[in-house]
Amino acid sequence: MSAPTLVDFDEVVERFDPTLGLEVHVELNTNTKMFCGCPTEFGAEPNTQVCPVCLGLPGALPVVNRTAVESAIRIGLALNCSIAPWGRFARKNYFYPDMPKNFQTSQYDEPIAVDGWLDVELEDGSTVRVEIERAHMEEDTGKSLHVGGATGRIHGAEYSLLDYNRAGVPLIEIVTKTIPGTGARAPEVARAYVTALRDLLRALGVSDVRMEQGSLRCDVNLSLAPKGSGELGTRTETKNVNSLRSVERAVRHEMSRQAGVLLDGGAIVQETRHFEEQGGTTRAGRRKETSEDYRYFPEPDLTPIAPSAAWVEELRATLPELPWERRRRITGEWGLSPEELRDLVNAGALDLVEATVAAGAPAGEARSWWVAYLSQQANTRGVELAALPITPEQVARVIALVGSGELNNKLARQVVDGVLAGEGSPDDVVAARGLVVVSDEGALVAAVDEALAAQPDVVEKIRGGKVQAAGAIVGAVMKATGGKADAKRVRELILERA
Amino acid sequence: MDELTRLTAAELAERIRTREVSAVEVTRAHLDRIAAVDDTVHAFLHVAGESALESASLVDASLDAGTAPASPLAGVPLALKDVFTTTDMPTTAGSRILEGWRPPYDATVTSRLRAAGITILGKTNMDEFAMGSSTEYSAYGPTRNPWDTARVPGGSGGGSAASLAAFEAPLAIGTDTGGSIRQPAAFTGTVGVKPTYGGVSRYGLIACASSLDQAGPCARTVLDAALLHEVIGGYDPMDSTSIDAPVPSVVEAARSGATGDLTGVRVGVVREMGGEGYQPGVQASYEAALRRLEKLGAELVEVSCPHFQYGMAAYYLILPSEVSSNLARFDAMRYGLRVDSGAGAEEVMAATREAGFGPEVKRRIILGTYALSAGYYDAYYGQAQKVRTLIARDFAAAYAKADVLVSPTTPTTAFPIGEKVDDPLAMYLNDLATIPTNLAGTAGISVPTGLADGLPVGLQVMAPALGEAAMYRVAAAYEAARDAEDGGPLIHRVPEVTA
Repeated sequence: MSAPTLVDFDEVVERFDPTLGLEVHVELNTNTKMFCGCPTEFGAEPNTQVCPVCLGLPGALPVVNRTAVESAIRIGLALNCSIAPWGRFARKNYFYPDMPKNFQTSQYDEPIAVDGWLDVELEDGSTVRVEIERAHMEEDTGKSLHVGGATGRIHGAEYSLLDYNRAGVPLIEIVTKTIPGTGARAPEVARAYVTALRDLLRALGVSDVRMEQGSLRCDVNLSLAPKGSGELGTRTETKNVNSLRSVERAVRHEMSRQAGVLLDGGAIVQETRHFEEQGGTTRAGRRKETSEDYRYFPEPDLTPIAPSAAWVEELRATLPELPWERRRRITGEWGLSPEELRDLVNAGALDLVEATVAAGAPAGEARSWWVAYLSQQANTRGVELAALPITPEQVARVIALVGSGELNNKLARQVVDGVLAGEGSPDDVVAARGLVVVSDEGALVAAVDEALAAQPDVVEKIRGGKVQAAGAIVGAVMKATGGKADAKRVRELILERA
Repeated sequence: MDELTRLTAAELAERIRTREVSAVEVTRAHLDRIAAVDDTVHAFLHVAGESALESASLVDASLDAGTAPASPLAGVPLALKDVFTTTDMPTTAGSRILEGWRPPYDATVTSRLRAAGITILGKTNMDEFAMGSSTEYSAYGPTRNPWDTARVPGGSGGGSAASLAAFEAPLAIGTDTGGSIRQPAAFTGTVGVKPTYGGVSRYGLIACASSLDQAGPCARTVLDAALLHEVIGGYDPMDSTSIDAPVPSVVEAARSGATGDLTGVRVGVVREMGGEGYQPGVQASYEAALRRLEKLGAELVEVSCPHFQYGMAAYYLILPSEVSSNLARFDAMRYGLRVDSGAGAEEVMAATREAGFGPEVKRRIILGTYALSAGYYDAYYGQAQKVRTLIARDFAAAYAKADVLVSPTTPTTAFPIGEKVDDPLAMYLNDLATIPTNLAGTAGISVPTGLADGLPVGLQVMAPALGEAAMYRVAAAYEAARDAEDGGPLIHRVPEVTA
């Protein structure tokens, strides 16, 4: 196959209208699997989290995990979906070694949640409403590792290793309706949607939503139609899109690639493509000689899921403050601009700042500590901000000590350093390191007088009106007091006594 | 033959409980009997002599220590259909594809038997994956009918039924998807019960068709079946389709039925079952049974179930569809047979399934795969489900008029080995009268009525879901009256097995 002609992005959007569709698979963070009691922990030794049910042994039967159904309903409600009062699981039949039963138990034509929407905020503050078609429950497959062969795929491999730890982990698949009319912003909308969905799922506490671990996986559907035609072109489905950045890149690449094919007079093949992280490109998956027929039929080993209206309402009452509600509240309460809020979110500081404020600190100072000094410390250590060994309560305590004048900013940073170094609470560090502002006026006056006496030439300058020369004396006093003096008061005293 | 093997399970349990005889002696008597006749009968695929004696000795030790028996059947031996998983015995489902497989877990039925102190003698032969009506589709050779060893014992549970008729075991467990307990019971002059769907856990029962399969008791008397029913029945959280309700009081029903009075019981005679297509001897025995029920005080009412005629067609769409999916897991990747063709995974799967499945299993997998295909689903599987609903409605209307329904269990008596093995449609007709009960998820029992041309005939008594008590009562009353008039149980007329 010849290399595709990629069309410049600006030209693509000049000549074509893109239509998006996004399918997101979310691994739920339930303690146990969808249909058995095996643990779901990530990264365990291969084939140690398995039992007769998730290995599909002859005779074993599934039992639905109630917590997974609850999570599915809560996700549906948060996405403004209707919750189906009755629905069955179905079997999706196909043979693949990492699927123990050679069918996947999934919801097919009776999904638990349908017809919702998610409002997605873009960089410029505008909002796009993404319509949700459905959210349904299913089980994950095991993992295959194909050894030998060029492609890392089953074909051509020397042998394959199978790990069934993931087999049967509960998944929710969330499918959007087609998203038309995004034009040049299609890549941004796709990324913003997945971001918003991730934040929502995190707020619901139903998933770890870690794209790098595969607990959130996105398939990108994209088609192009001639500009203004109102038509729907043939779509491709790109899989293996494993980061937010990749979502954006995959859309952008598919737009350029498809435009290239179309402008060369070719036709888009409806196919599954794989995103190549390295080059930001997509490649065609293996073509199937025949179209897959999954022979769906209702799963006879399970009884229907029939959530009562009362149960659904009970679950609705457990919905936490959702990200967009929270954003609205926080920008109002803290007087933040959308940009400032976004910085907080991007720094991963929003929860931390909020907890710090909840612990009594003023919003401005809480924000400044986390976004500035603590972010630097996190960068230096190469960890997430939330992983720093300091709690929002401890930060609030430091802020309180500064507010009461017991610490100045320099000392406060030393206290924080002490906490980060594992020396205990802020008060422990203050006590152990003796970090208290010298507020004893007599001692301060003595230190100032001593410094003035040592530098008569500077005193002359000050007396001569060169007030800025006082800085040298301030420095000397601070040095003499071990940095524990209140610099502002020292300056006042110097000017008084010079 | 040791006299112990002639006793009923209830009698054996009583003698063991009173220490007149030890559980080990009882087990040994049955193992000896198996050793003597099973080369001919071939009821067993696996005999677990050592573990059976060990389990019996535990019962003895416990009773000797003065502990109350674990159940009313403690110490009684049993033959388990080889479709239930057992950690201490191979489990093959009669298939080459599972040859030598040792499951890592016990089926719920297996665990309940063990907990009840019942001694498992071994695993019985069956049509491969319970598909068949003669046990000829077993990958391990046919089982012979003790009444005439040139004939089949029925199927799929021919091994379990034959073990009872050959006095190799007083109790057995079967599974009934379309008649696999009741038809072999009729063919061997024994008693077989298909409980209400969901009445006995399917966990660890290797699936044939999930929505139809039901485990049930097999015995030589109605009371023994009832005693076993109460041991294995009841809710199991491991089976989502099991019913969370108390097990019907079938032992009490069987005991009260045996007193012989059926006054006030309405027995529905299904117009569409019997008559044309039924062997004259079977029909005659059935009509005599109806007269006997009437004499016991039952009120016979004619009921009509017009949709039963479509049951066979619906069954042979639903069953293969579920089979095609349930049997997909046998792919050589994790357990069982593996034919290494030297090529990729898909080729290994195909070669293994080609070598490991027999012709009837393949036929049904192909049928089911076709019936579920895009474009055919509505016409086949969808339509069959509608018929299923109509049959359930027929039953509901009939049970509004009658407490139980009756019919011949099978259209014919046991047929010669080899006669129908190459004629699937003729084979399928065996289950004409038993299939509707499976489609509706209701209950049925087969009890012996007598002989036609020297071969046993069965009467089927059917009851609505969880209505087993009425069914056991009628069956027990009938059995008592029949045996009294005949001078003893029919099974005592079975000829001695000769090689």
